[in-house]
Amino acid sequence: MLAPVTTAHYLVLSAILLLIGVVGILTRRNVIVLMMSIEIILNAVNVNLIAFARNLDQLEGQVFAIFVICVAVAEAAVGLGILIALFRNKETVQVDEIDLLKW
Amino acid sequence: MSQYYTATDHFVLLPAILLALFGCATLLFDFLIFPEAKQRRWLLVFLVLGEAFAGVAFWRQQSFLLEHGGNLTAFRGALVIDHYALFFHWLFLAATLITGLISYRYLEVRDEHHGEYYGLLMLAQTGMYFLASGTELVTLFVGLETMAITFYILVGFLRADRRSNEAALKYLILGSLSSGFLVYGFSVLYGISGSTRLSEIAAAVAARDAWDPVLVLAVGTAGAGLMFKIAAAPFHMWAPDAYEGAPTMITGYLATASKAASFALLLRLFVGPLGPARESWEPLLAAVAVLSMTIGNLAAVTQTNTKRLLAYSSISHAGYILLGLVAGSPTGIKGVLVYLLVYTFMTLGAFLVLTSLARQGMAGDDINDLRGLMKRAPGHALWMLVFMVSLAGIPPTAGFLGKFYIFWGLIETGHYTLAVIGAVYAVVAIYYYFRIVKAVFVEPEEAEAGPLTVSLGTRVGLAVTGALTLLVGVYPEPVLRLAQMSISR
Repeated sequence: MLAPVTTAHYLVLSAILLLIGVVGILTRRNVIVLMMSIEIILNAVNVNLIAFARNLDQLEGQVFAIFVICVAVAEAAVGLGILIALFRNKETVQVDEIDLLKW
Repeated sequence: MSQYYTATDHFVLLPAILLALFGCATLLFDFLIFPEAKQRRWLLVFLVLGEAFAGVAFWRQQSFLLEHGGNLTAFRGALVIDHYALFFHWLFLAATLITGLISYRYLEVRDEHHGEYYGLLMLAQTGMYFLASGTELVTLFVGLETMAITFYILVGFLRADRRSNEAALKYLILGSLSSGFLVYGFSVLYGISGSTRLSEIAAAVAARDAWDPVLVLAVGTAGAGLMFKIAAAPFHMWAPDAYEGAPTMITGYLATASKAASFALLLRLFVGPLGPARESWEPLLAAVAVLSMTIGNLAAVTQTNTKRLLAYSSISHAGYILLGLVAGSPTGIKGVLVYLLVYTFMTLGAFLVLTSLARQGMAGDDINDLRGLMKRAPGHALWMLVFMVSLAGIPPTAGFLGKFYIFWGLIETGHYTLAVIGAVYAVVAIYYYFRIVKAVFVEPEEAEAGPLTVSLGTRVGLAVTGALTLLVGVYPEPVLRLAQMSISR
């Protein structure tokens, strides 16, 4: 018999997702993967919010999560737009090669 | 008007509605009404009109508060208009207007004059409105992101310039990472309090021990996210790159309005709901402040790019402002507000002078581009001297006033070591600000230097920022009264 899944489990899951996202940002060199890592971080937040909302039996957390999703979409759209502008001038998505400014 | 949208709600929200409306109208007019690129320059008029309408709305709020006292809360405690919020609203309004006015000629010579620029400025200010007035986590987060996403676009506005593209990309990656941290902290705060309103979070935080691990996690992640936004070390890596690559007046806007907005949120959170947990965050903030002053001041010494130099200087200024929060006494908090106000005007002024150095195909941001400015444009050179003296914090300019109140607050609360460290770094800062002054006044003119790109907007902007920098330094009474009024609730 498996132990029931509690709020604490979700919080641990969210902490792990946050860690994966941060490690991804720090170690990967492809801009697309960096943006995916950011999405993972924001989804860690969403897991947190939904778990708390369920635990507290409220709607606020779920509404907050929907707003976070909206913002994530806007951010990704602008991010890809900027990346395309850069790609037109530079033909690369590798962070190592984006080196005009001292990183 | 229903119970979901009362007359008070409307009165409080009106400036943001106007700004967003004018911002969106600019975007629409840009491609629907004006078919020719040349006509779209007139969209600057929209910016001036939008700011005028918003200004009237703020003025009405201000006179209402002065008449009736107290605060105006709206949307069941999601937004508030108090003197503290209004102080920042006026600051954002002035910064946005000056930035818009000085952009005209710069965008012209860089061949990137598009109407949406002015719309984006107003939308950024809409985000700032929610940062200064928001008292609820979702509102604050959405406001922060409205501002941040607009800034990502503005930083990368010179589409053909690879440096601008690169700066935008780096700012976007690190900026969204910091937003992720911040909202993670928000989610934990929601978890421990069961509400997204700051007043209820305050009660939940006060009921817990300052070293409670969950609370420390929330304060740590939210704090780290905010330190990114104000460009304090060790979260400053994006600032020099973003500042260097962005169009010059956007660099100025980023260094002033965006930083002030993030400080507005920082103060609201740390003085308000997170205040009871001061024991746990005060040493951390002190460390961040000292590190910012160290890295900012020492790295600025070796810079050859003026925008990069000012970026490091703005990192060190963030350190000084944080010291006011570390002191935490009314004098310290007053110092933060005064410092933010004078910092906004002197930094905007300095970037304004740099903006007029731009010529066809070049940004004019090397320190050598400033050489012989005294012969080329004595007016600009003298104002630059005023801004540099003020940034270095030498009396009788406004910069001295900000530092004075921060140090006073520190000494009052017994933080003598921090005050001494701050004073020592202020001396280091004089060296690199006077490198700029030396280039302007002493070094010979570059042979091929052409005329400056000056417009009416530049002249107005220079006169306003310069006069305020001098006036506030000589006659600080009104600013002090304004700051005092803002912190007394």
